[in-house]
Formats: sequence, structure tokens, C-alpha cells
Amino acid sequence: MHSCLEVNSKMADENWKPKIIAIICNWCSYAGADLAGSARTQYPTDIRAIRVMCTGRVDPLFIMKAFQDGADGVLISGCHFGDCHYLEGNYKAAKRMFLLKSVLKNIGLDDKRLRMTFVSASEGAKWATVMEDVVNTVTELGPSPLNEFAR
Amino acid sequence: MAEVKKYEEPRIGVFVCHCGTNIAGSIDIKAVMEYASTLPNVVIADDYQYMCSTPGQNKIGEAIEEQKLTGVVVAACSPRLHEPTFRAATKEGGLNPFRFEMANIREQNSWVHMHQPEEATDKAKDAVRIAVAKASLLEDLIPKSVPVERAAMVVGGGVGGMQAALDLASAGIKTYLVEKEPSIGGKMSQLDKTFPTLDCSQCILTPKMVDVYRHENIELLTYTEVEAVEGYIGNFDVTLRKKARGVMTPDEATERGIIGGGCNGCGDCEDVCPVIRPNPFELGMSPMKAIYIYHAQVSPLIYTIDFDSCVKCGLCVDVCGDKKAIELDAQDTFETVKVGTIVLATGYDIFPVEEKHEWGYKNYDNVITSLEFERLICASGPTGGHLIRPSDGATPKKVGFVLCAGSRDNTGVGKPYCSRFCCMYSLKHAHQIIEKIPGAVPYIFYMDIRSFGKMYEEFYYRIQDEGAKFIRGRVANIQEDPVTKNLHINTEDTLLGRPIDVEVDMVVLAAAVQPAAETEATRRLFGVSCSQDGWLLEAHPKLNPCGTTTAGVYLAGVCQGPKDIPDTVAQAEGAASAASIPIHRGEVELEPYFAVCIEDICAGCGMCINLCPYQALALVEKDGRTVMQVTEAKCKGCGTCGGFCPGGAIRMQHFTTPQIVAQIDAFLLGGEQ
Repeated sequence: MHSCLEVNSKMADENWKPKIIAIICNWCSYAGADLAGSARTQYPTDIRAIRVMCTGRVDPLFIMKAFQDGADGVLISGCHFGDCHYLEGNYKAAKRMFLLKSVLKNIGLDDKRLRMTFVSASEGAKWATVMEDVVNTVTELGPSPLNEFAR
Repeated sequence: MAEVKKYEEPRIGVFVCHCGTNIAGSIDIKAVMEYASTLPNVVIADDYQYMCSTPGQNKIGEAIEEQKLTGVVVAACSPRLHEPTFRAATKEGGLNPFRFEMANIREQNSWVHMHQPEEATDKAKDAVRIAVAKASLLEDLIPKSVPVERAAMVVGGGVGGMQAALDLASAGIKTYLVEKEPSIGGKMSQLDKTFPTLDCSQCILTPKMVDVYRHENIELLTYTEVEAVEGYIGNFDVTLRKKARGVMTPDEATERGIIGGGCNGCGDCEDVCPVIRPNPFELGMSPMKAIYIYHAQVSPLIYTIDFDSCVKCGLCVDVCGDKKAIELDAQDTFETVKVGTIVLATGYDIFPVEEKHEWGYKNYDNVITSLEFERLICASGPTGGHLIRPSDGATPKKVGFVLCAGSRDNTGVGKPYCSRFCCMYSLKHAHQIIEKIPGAVPYIFYMDIRSFGKMYEEFYYRIQDEGAKFIRGRVANIQEDPVTKNLHINTEDTLLGRPIDVEVDMVVLAAAVQPAAETEATRRLFGVSCSQDGWLLEAHPKLNPCGTTTAGVYLAGVCQGPKDIPDTVAQAEGAASAASIPIHRGEVELEPYFAVCIEDICAGCGMCINLCPYQALALVEKDGRTVMQVTEAKCKGCGTCGGFCPGGAIRMQHFTTPQIVAQIDAFLLGGEQ
């Protein structure tokens, strides 16, 4: 379900590439991403990752700032539930995601632009799948309508 | 606290690593370097073949001095690999090591975008820009040193755990050895002989068990499980559940004033106990009483009551007499011990091979597992070492050994990995039946024989020469002759290229191994990750195979992945050595990533207090105001409080809000728009 803003913002530009930022935890998802590298598992290039120690560190304002800056998508990725290096940071982060997703909907952004995934240190292949999936989802949605406003 | 330098303007040096062709093969290093030199605050951009080499590291030091750098960025591999290296180089150059930031352009770029050089180069530029933005805001941080408790814990009393405990204790460290079963010894004590030397397993193990029991620095805690773990490297508080044993040791009896009392292992209680149940040590193949020891060589030699089957008739109490060792109303007790480091050696279980229905285990009488074979062929086993067919007690003449029974199996029912020691013990089994049963012929059904160790291949040749039959093919199914109870093994002989049907008297399945049932709960208690197949995850598969991502927790033996006895013992010695280092140093440096309260803007709302999983935060009165205060030693730096503080009053060192926002802005607003 797209809001009016979203529908209007679709661009026909075929060369358009999404700008996606990932904030990922040091212990699971970052290690999983490294593992995908060691295994030379190829995936799309569109995502840039920022490392934090735990997804619990992710302030909802970081995500809002990213969207305000023109991000087309934001990915938060941490450890599986019960696997958090800091016991429960990923639960706290996941709770904030529900809040943020409802905020996004309310301001007219498709909440699929924000995604939280759980990738462990041994799931290199899963990380590559997540990368592809997030890039496909955001590409499908097109440029962020906030970029249209800025224009 | 050391002096914290103040700098006027950020001056950043960027160093781009070729890593041979690992990075330079798909990323245009020159373009990245030239781009870096155009970025704000960057005063020098350089490149080198291998930044981690001595000349590479020297470049950093020279630039810090010549260019008066305030921050260093290296664009190379993952910070999980070389951040410590370059931090050391930064420190060597005279800068605070926490003024270093890494851009990962290998694991998360060149290696995963090998065929897209243009996009990869763009991504590398972005990564450098993001790292420069953070480096411009990095601050001096001083790691905190904490004292290390001069004691260690080993969890699991198999051969790996015993070796680790012996090494630690012999290095002068008080060591708690925790074992969930009533006796140490683990799986190795169930084995008959060991390959390729054919040493008697018990003969080489029991001296070690006695050493462990007698060692002045080892506190042996059998029939005990880990209940809770708190703290961090150097200062773990481990709460142990001492399961109700129902039988007092002589020491415990003395403590209660029963002089000369306590269990002396005489076994009178076992004789009178009326409850008979299967003995799990013998895999149910021999009976055992409700008050029991598993076998004659247990250590410690103390009886245990199984309260699930005990009827509390009291006959054992009467026969125990003045020793007063037995207490039928015993309850679990708890004890918390403080240790500096911990070695996990929790071992493995046998894969429930009955899940592979096609081989008929638990359906056909004469299909057994290798561990059952070990007990049946063992002189101290239920049959006194006479291998018999469970269906009729006859001596089998033709025995089929099915290898990879659940290993190397991608059907979803078995395990995808190689269990590593099954080939070798099956060869040993073949040797044992040839030796013990005149005229017996072993038929080994294999996919590949993996005899990789020292003198292993030679052992394989020996078994071939002794007359074992080798048939290369995965067994499709096993069918029982309902009259004779003989078994038909159906497979394709892949060397002959045709299906075959071999009739044998008995089948031994070399069942796969899997992590011990408690591994999942244990690893969560200790904060250790696991691999996809459930084995505990080492810090680095090659360079840190004994460590974990939780500082102060180390791995030994099969809990980290299938390995045979020599490898288990070797890893145990490695883990013990690693675990002894912080203890001998006496102190460890903790990364200074803890939370800091910005008291001027803290409203004292206390929202953060409940978010902290370590109880590191508290509200205190300061200058007439309520503000939050961090206990630095308890804070592990996750940042969960900092991610939530509604007033932004918590500064997460090295991951501050301005630093992270600068990274976000650098990616989305900076660069070539």
C-alpha cells in the first residue's frame, strides 16, 4: 500500500540507483557481512554500512536523520533474538522499529523503506540475500519522496 | 588519567591498502586515494601494497609526525581483523589509538563486488568519506585496566576439559572444573580402544582423572551445572547449581560433624537398592540401581541417587550405617564463584540416527551405533567384551559398518558436515572384530575414507591388509530378514557401478555427532555465538581458534566442532594457555566504549536505568539535582541507553551521536552529488 506521495514520486529514470544506509552491529551482522566477503558471495553494491557495537545503540533519530538526508532505504541489522552480545540490545532496537515504522507511515513514507534483519556471525550467505532483498525492495519503491520535496 | 590533548582543527591522514590484488583487483586504488585527498580535513592521502606490513605501518607513524595528524583512516580489510594492528601503529606514531578509524573496502566491498569495478570504486570512496567524517570527530580515550581474579573455570569434564583444568591448575591457577554428570571422563571413558595406536581408552584416561581429582589447585564440582553468569573478563561471577546428589562426600560429612563418615564407594547401598533401571553409561544395555556409579573407575568415587527413580525406601540408609552418607531429602544447592577466565569444553552428543529411517536403527535388533559397539567390545562393558547380536546373543561373523551415518548429509535429516573421527574409529572397529572373532569379516560401506592424521593413513592400509572389505557407496537402505534377523545392506558400489546387496549378521552405524543438548543454553549464558550447525563459534577460524567474541571465554574440544582426541587435547592446552594469560598478567584493559552522562542536560528521568542489561546505571543526587551515573566497570558499551535517552544526555564513547550522525551525513549529503 503506497501513499499518494509514494505513487507520485516514481521516476522513470532507469539509471537511478537507490541510496541505502545500513547500521549494523559489530558482533553478528558485521561479522556475517565479513563472512560473505571471505566466501566471495557477490551481492549488489548499493548499500553502505556503518558499524555500531549493538543495534541497541541505534537512536530512532539516526534513522529519521537518514531519511531527512535523502536515504531511499535504511537497514538495521543485528543478532538473532537471544543471541545479542549484550543480552537484549536487539530486542530494544526491534521495539523502536515498530514505533518508527508507524511514524514513517504517518508522514507518508512507505514503511518498507525501513527494515530490520537478524543475521548472525555465521550467516554470510544470508547477509548476501538480505542485501539483494533490501536493494530490490527499495528499487521497487523508487526514490524517496523526501528527495522530490528537496528538488 | 593521562593527559588528553586538545587539537584546533582536525587533520586526517588516509591510507588506502591494495592488499595485493585482493582490493586493487576490483577497486581503482589511485582514484580512491585522489578522491580522499579532496575530502574536508584530509591533509594527506597515500596508498601501499600491504598497509599491515611494517613499511605500511611506518607510513602511518611518519605521517602523524610530519603532518601533525589528529586522526588516521586506513581503507583496507575488516576492522574485526586489523583494527588492533592499526590502532597500535597509530599509538606508535604518538597519537591516541582511538583516533584511528577503518574503512572496510575488502570483506564488504572488493570481495563481494568482484565484477563491478566502477560501482566498487564508488562504494570505496563513500566508505572513505564516511570514515573521514568519523575520524574528524574522534577523541582521545583511555582504556580502563581492571584486575583479574586469580581463578579460572572449566565447564565440561571430558578429556578436553580435564586437560584444560590440569594445565591451568599446574600453572598455579585455582581452577573450578564443572561437570554435569556424577563423574568426569566424558565420552572418552565410554570408548574401548583409541585409534591408531590401539591404546586402551580407560588406561590412558583414568590416570588423568585421578590427577584431576588429586590436584591441589583443582576444585572438582561434579553433578553441577552453570546456572547464571555475570561480569566480564577478569571478573566473572558464575552461579552453580549443585544438583542434589543424595550422598555426602567424606569432606561434606566431616563438615556436618560426622567424623569418619561420608561415602567411601563401598557399594553396599547399590546391592540393597530395589530399583532397577537402564544404565545410560552403557547406553541402556545393562541394568543400574537408583543409587549408582556409572562404572568402576569413576572419579570422584561417590555414589549418586537418581531421585527420578528412587522410591525412598531407606534400605540404603540402613546399610550405610554409621557412615551416614545418604540423605534422601537432599535439595539442589547454589554457589557463586568468582573467576577471571572460563574455558568451555561441553562436548557433543550422538546424532539420533533413528531419524534416518532407511537404516532401521531402533527398528531392527541387530542395527547398533558405534558407541554401542564400543561398549559391547569393551572388556568392562555389559558383555565383558564379547560382541554379540542383540537379537539372539550369537557372535556375528559378518559385520557391516555404515560410515557417514547422518554426516555429510544434505537431505535435511542429517548433518551437512563431516564428523571427522568416524572413518578412523570404524577402521579400528574392523580391526577389533578381526582380532577378537576368528573368521569374522568386516564390510565397510564408505563414501570416502578420511584418514588425515599422523599415522592414520598407515592404519588404513593395515586394516586393508588384515582383510576388511571396503565398499564405496552410501547405503540406500537396510532390510531385515524377519526369520534370521540378518540384515541386507543395499547400496550402489560406485567403483563397480552396480547395485549390490550384502547380507550381514550385524550393522554398526557410524552416527554423526552434534553439539551436546545443553550447548545452546550454555552458550547463551556465556554470550558465545554459534556456527550455522550449532557448534560454538571461535573468534577466528585460523588465527584464534580457542577464543570467542566474549573476552575471557575460550573453547576446547568438540564443542567448537568435531575433532578427535589428539586435536581435542591440543586445543584444550591452547585454550588453557590463552585463559591463563590474563590471569598471569593480573589485569586486562577494557575498551573504553562506556556510556558517559552529560550531567548538564540529564533530566534525571531514569528511563535509561531499566534499559541497561548490566545494572551499570543509577540515579544519584548531585548539586541538588537528580542525574544518572554510570559504573564504568559494569558498562559493556552496548549503547542501548544512549540509543534511547530522550534528552540525548548519554554520550557513548567512540560511538557518539555526533560521530554517527556525521557518518550518516557524509554518506547521504557529502560526496559527488
